Amino acid sequence: MTVPDDHSLNLAWRRRSPRQVEGPFCREKVVRVMLAGAMLSAALGVAAILGFLAYFAWPLVAGGHLSQVFSWHWQPVRGQFGILPMLAGSLLLTLSAVLAAYPLAMGLCGFVHGAGRGPWVRPVLALIHFMTGIPTVVYGFVSVFVLVPRIRQWLGGTGYSWLAASLTLSLLILPTMVLLIHTQLRQTDSRVRLAAAALGLTPVQELLWVRLPQASQGLWAALILGWSRALGDTLIALMLSGNAPQVPQAVADSLRALTAHIALVVATDVGSAAYHSIFACGLILFAISAAVNLTLRRLQAPVAAPHHTHG
Amino acid sequence: MAERLERLFTGFAWSAVLGLGAVLAGLMIFLVQRGLPSLGTALFFGSTPVAEGLMGRLPVWDGIWPACVGTFLLVVLASLIAIPLGVAGGVYLAVYASRRERRVYGFLVDLLAGMPSILMGLFGFALILLLRKTLLPSANTGLLLAAGCLSLLVLPYLIMTTQTALLGLPSALHLTGLSLGLTPWQNLSRVLLPAAGRGIMSGVILAVGRAAEDTAVILLTGVVANAGLPHSWTDRFEALPFTIYYLAAEHRSAAELDRGFGTALVLLGLTALLFLWAYGLQRTFARRWDRRVNLP
Repeated sequence: MTVPDDHSLNLAWRRRSPRQVEGPFCREKVVRVMLAGAMLSAALGVAAILGFLAYFAWPLVAGGHLSQVFSWHWQPVRGQFGILPMLAGSLLLTLSAVLAAYPLAMGLCGFVHGAGRGPWVRPVLALIHFMTGIPTVVYGFVSVFVLVPRIRQWLGGTGYSWLAASLTLSLLILPTMVLLIHTQLRQTDSRVRLAAAALGLTPVQELLWVRLPQASQGLWAALILGWSRALGDTLIALMLSGNAPQVPQAVADSLRALTAHIALVVATDVGSAAYHSIFACGLILFAISAAVNLTLRRLQAPVAAPHHTHG
Repeated sequence: MAERLERLFTGFAWSAVLGLGAVLAGLMIFLVQRGLPSLGTALFFGSTPVAEGLMGRLPVWDGIWPACVGTFLLVVLASLIAIPLGVAGGVYLAVYASRRERRVYGFLVDLLAGMPSILMGLFGFALILLLRKTLLPSANTGLLLAAGCLSLLVLPYLIMTTQTALLGLPSALHLTGLSLGLTPWQNLSRVLLPAAGRGIMSGVILAVGRAAEDTAVILLTGVVANAGLPHSWTDRFEALPFTIYYLAAEHRSAAELDRGFGTALVLLGLTALLFLWAYGLQRTFARRWDRRVNLP
């Protein structure tokens, strides 16, 4: 899609009567400045978030408390504010969720692009689109009453566990992954598809040996974006993982994610000394999401269409 | 060997679809079965007379009416902030921005879109901490702060959908008005914006749905379980998603649990309706202008 560049727009400027297009307060200039101002203020929002996080986390670095935060013990009563268990918890939780969701996403895309029967394809896509509209808190709520009691029964413990959170989280990030792979697969060159069909490949063969290898960028992008969505989610981890500040030894163990940690510390008000550590958590999350963004740009895959999922 | 792999893949694809269908069907049936019986005026107003509760003359203690009002106010306030900024920003990016601006702003918008929502909440919380230390020792979290942080959350969606909708129009439409001598603003207001209206509107509705369902942001910026109706911009407030979250963990009786299921059903119905509306708009927009927009 070509868009008129500045040059073609400027051509139109000269044609109008002077009253409308010249002078400091003519309508054209005012509109342009207002629109630019709106965009600038949105950009300043990002800068403000980063600025605030850095400003409040700075005392840690300046006061030499960095080693205190990067330790394995979270016991605010004893003055220990280590966030490493939460970092480990976040990584374990999100990686396992991706591990569960990614093959499922591949299977669904395989169904939509070849393995499925014609009349079933559209309802499946509609279902995936619909999933993006389900509130995160509803997934969490249902899991608390369906999944948690089962896990308690089968694996012991309280049921609020790594497994419960990770299964629910995988459901949450599934549409993001499916829609990204789907978009990439749709962009297969029609000549390639014709050539494949002319060679007598079945739709499944064409998908497996021609189109999927071609779409490798999109497959990576879906993996990375799905993971970052999982990492950014707060509610599922908060409602289902049990929130014990420890490194889990088994899937039925409780864990605490970085995002949930921030929410819990703010909610329980354990004292202002703990606040610096949650801003450190915030900075870590910010840095990861920036790194993910840069990686996706490097991959030049279509970055997340505005499909929801992080609550 | 290859043939077996292909057959295996087909089987796997079918089981993925059937599995997901079963899980979602189970989720829906469970929610409807448990939530439907509690739908009614008692869910919203509890034991308070409906008319009195509706007008706010009597407080509602055991119903979700205050949470509905809280969510409504949050969404309206956040929309008032975010929609003008987001749509204007998207228009600027699509029509006016230079290539360099487009790259820099595009990166920042992507960054904001990918940011964990709890960071917007943390930002609001930090703002209050700073205000307490400096100008306003009495500053506290509340409705306006939460709405401001929510508007940051939905801003990138609005910018992206506006930009995509404008760029999705045929290039002839961009050029014809200009070649006939319209100024850029005339071209925009008379030709491009009306043509892209449905696309932009779908983004607005999705943003509203997103603001209504988010919990992480308001968790840090002033939502509480029992605030009643808010009386000022800086009051604490209740909200539907938080009520669901709270009741899942803290229900003390079967009646409260039923209220949780009812609330979940209400919120799901609300977001599903918004979602279907936005989806319908997007489809008609795509059919009219560009068949390559990402829809089935």
